[in-house]
Amino acid sequence: MTTTDPSATAPPQNRGKRRVGDVVFANTARGSGILILAILAGVAAFLIIQSSDSLAANTANFFTTESWEANTRENPAFGVAALAFGTVLAATIALVIATPVAIGIALFIVYYAPRRIAAVLGYMVDLLAAIPSVVYGLWGIGYLVFELQGFYDGLNTYLGWIPLFAGPVSTTGRTMLSAGIVLAVMILPIITAMSRDVFKQVPQGHQEAALAMGATRWEMIRMAVLPFGRPGVIGGAMLGLGRALGETMAVAMILSPALVISPFLLQSGNQTIAAHIALQYPEATGYGVSALIAAGLVLFAITLVVNMGARFVVARRKEFS
Amino acid sequence: MTTTTRPQSTGSAGDGPQAQRSIRGGSLPRYAPPAVLAVSALVASGALFALGSFHLVTAGLITAALYAVVVGAASATVENSRKAKDRLVTAVVYICFGTAMLPLVSLLATVVLEGITRLDGYFLTVSMNGVTPSMDAGGVYHAIVGTVAITGLAALISIPIGLFTAIYLVEYGRGRLAKAITFFVDVMTGIPSIVAGLFVVALWMALFGPGETNGAAGAVALSVLMIPVVVRSSEEMLRLVPQELREASYALGVPKWLTIVKVVLPTAVAGLTTGIMLALARVIGETAPLVLTAGSSAVAINWNLFNGQMMSLPVFIYSQVRMGGAVNMERAWAAALTLIAIVMLLFLAARLISRLFAPKLGR
Repeated sequence: MTTTDPSATAPPQNRGKRRVGDVVFANTARGSGILILAILAGVAAFLIIQSSDSLAANTANFFTTESWEANTRENPAFGVAALAFGTVLAATIALVIATPVAIGIALFIVYYAPRRIAAVLGYMVDLLAAIPSVVYGLWGIGYLVFELQGFYDGLNTYLGWIPLFAGPVSTTGRTMLSAGIVLAVMILPIITAMSRDVFKQVPQGHQEAALAMGATRWEMIRMAVLPFGRPGVIGGAMLGLGRALGETMAVAMILSPALVISPFLLQSGNQTIAAHIALQYPEATGYGVSALIAAGLVLFAITLVVNMGARFVVARRKEFS
Repeated sequence: MTTTTRPQSTGSAGDGPQAQRSIRGGSLPRYAPPAVLAVSALVASGALFALGSFHLVTAGLITAALYAVVVGAASATVENSRKAKDRLVTAVVYICFGTAMLPLVSLLATVVLEGITRLDGYFLTVSMNGVTPSMDAGGVYHAIVGTVAITGLAALISIPIGLFTAIYLVEYGRGRLAKAITFFVDVMTGIPSIVAGLFVVALWMALFGPGETNGAAGAVALSVLMIPVVVRSSEEMLRLVPQELREASYALGVPKWLTIVKVVLPTAVAGLTTGIMLALARVIGETAPLVLTAGSSAVAINWNLFNGQMMSLPVFIYSQVRMGGAVNMERAWAAALTLIAIVMLLFLAARLISRLFAPKLGR
């Protein structure tokens, strides 16, 4: 073993020529990565290019106009004000409903549920994420809106003095609140998964220290788990927000749309960008398609900002923990 | 709990001496919470029956609220406010989980009950060709064909790109390019599906002129959504392959690319397959991009991805709901049941594969 082996000096000889297979394989791999960057750049580029001619022809202010008269070659006038408002409103409703419930579920799975069935219960929550959005839409319009009718009437009777719940209540149930509730169910598994992951990472020592001081389970969670998990929960909520902002089918099928800015959740009206695109596209003529692409660009920008914010929050937590 | 007969014992604190009991104060007997729950349920359903408006969900909600209030109040008087708060939070956490199960159970039950009436051999083997919307006939065969063709092409595009990117990130990726790819794959995960559809619309408009819809366009749109999912899951699986395996292979003089092909990929094959099937399950239900790219009015069987509109199961559901008649809703429910069955099969297969061929890590 101690004798000078010729192979010990071999690597310097080999270093010069690289094997053909290695070169091809490495470049294919790198090429795929670069292709992904190209696709993403292409998404932005093509949306900008194809939306530019309708934006140039638009006779109204794109960001402050509520109406949508784009299906013409003569003086189109359209804007995303009402659509952007509706998008944010629907996503906000979903987030307000889903976040507390998701935190509760995550706590339940990590700290309350019996160990043996915790994994199965977690899997059941994940199942919610597997159901296609069009099926959520079908369930919403074919079942849920009828069930919610009584609840809405009650809400209006007792909380009608809050402007959000002012009447007259829609008789079809196809309202912003219905869409928001379905969106909340759809983003529940995303927020739950992120929260569950951070709650599992809470150092055992912190928890045991709290319990050793005589804290109840809730006090342990409040003092050790929630502060540690907060960035993860916020990141998960923002990812859920991103999903809710871009969700199309559930809203397109449930909401009875109107291009107005209306804060009344129990009346029909409002519309989101994504649903508007899906509903308008088949009938779009003139500048219509190009204008819808412009609306899509706005949606792309909004979700991009939200998702990058979420990644930033989550990544920063990783550095500290 | 084993030998003690004291009703105050909480079981968790162990048997303290008599002096400690006064410090701990009183505590609710162990049978109290379930008893309160049973009584709440009885009271809630009894009251609803008396009012003549019994509904399982309403009864459940009232029971939960009653339970939380009564247990909280009892604990506050017998025990102390801290324990009362703890019990209250426990109730709330359980309620949260129950609330989440509600839509899942309701959705699955509704789809199965409504869908089963129309789902039969006939429905699965005929198309909508020559069927008027309100006619009591027609089926989803053309939509199944479209879903298989479009998703198949999307998989054909996404799997190589996604897998090679994951290999690059794990085996080669150093420095700025790898960081940029990681970041932008994350960004790509968040692209709304409708935006992916619009991208292909814009691309096709530039390449083939306006109004060109075909299955291939739909497949490209689905690929934009599928690639990041494949990259993420494959990357995770490849990172699980132990470094020693690679080193052992290098030590035998095997080139790097052969090490990846012959050692790394076979070790991770179960995880990779699972990830790909989950990605497939995700895109197979996508509707919005297909409405924009593959069209929503095809009624005939079309196997050609490059010519003419192509129906798919999710778009079929959507367009039937838009028509709104009673027969249309029946078709939509049956198609939804078909779609959910396909997705669940993919999920089951994925879990089965990962369980049967799970990589053996460590020694």
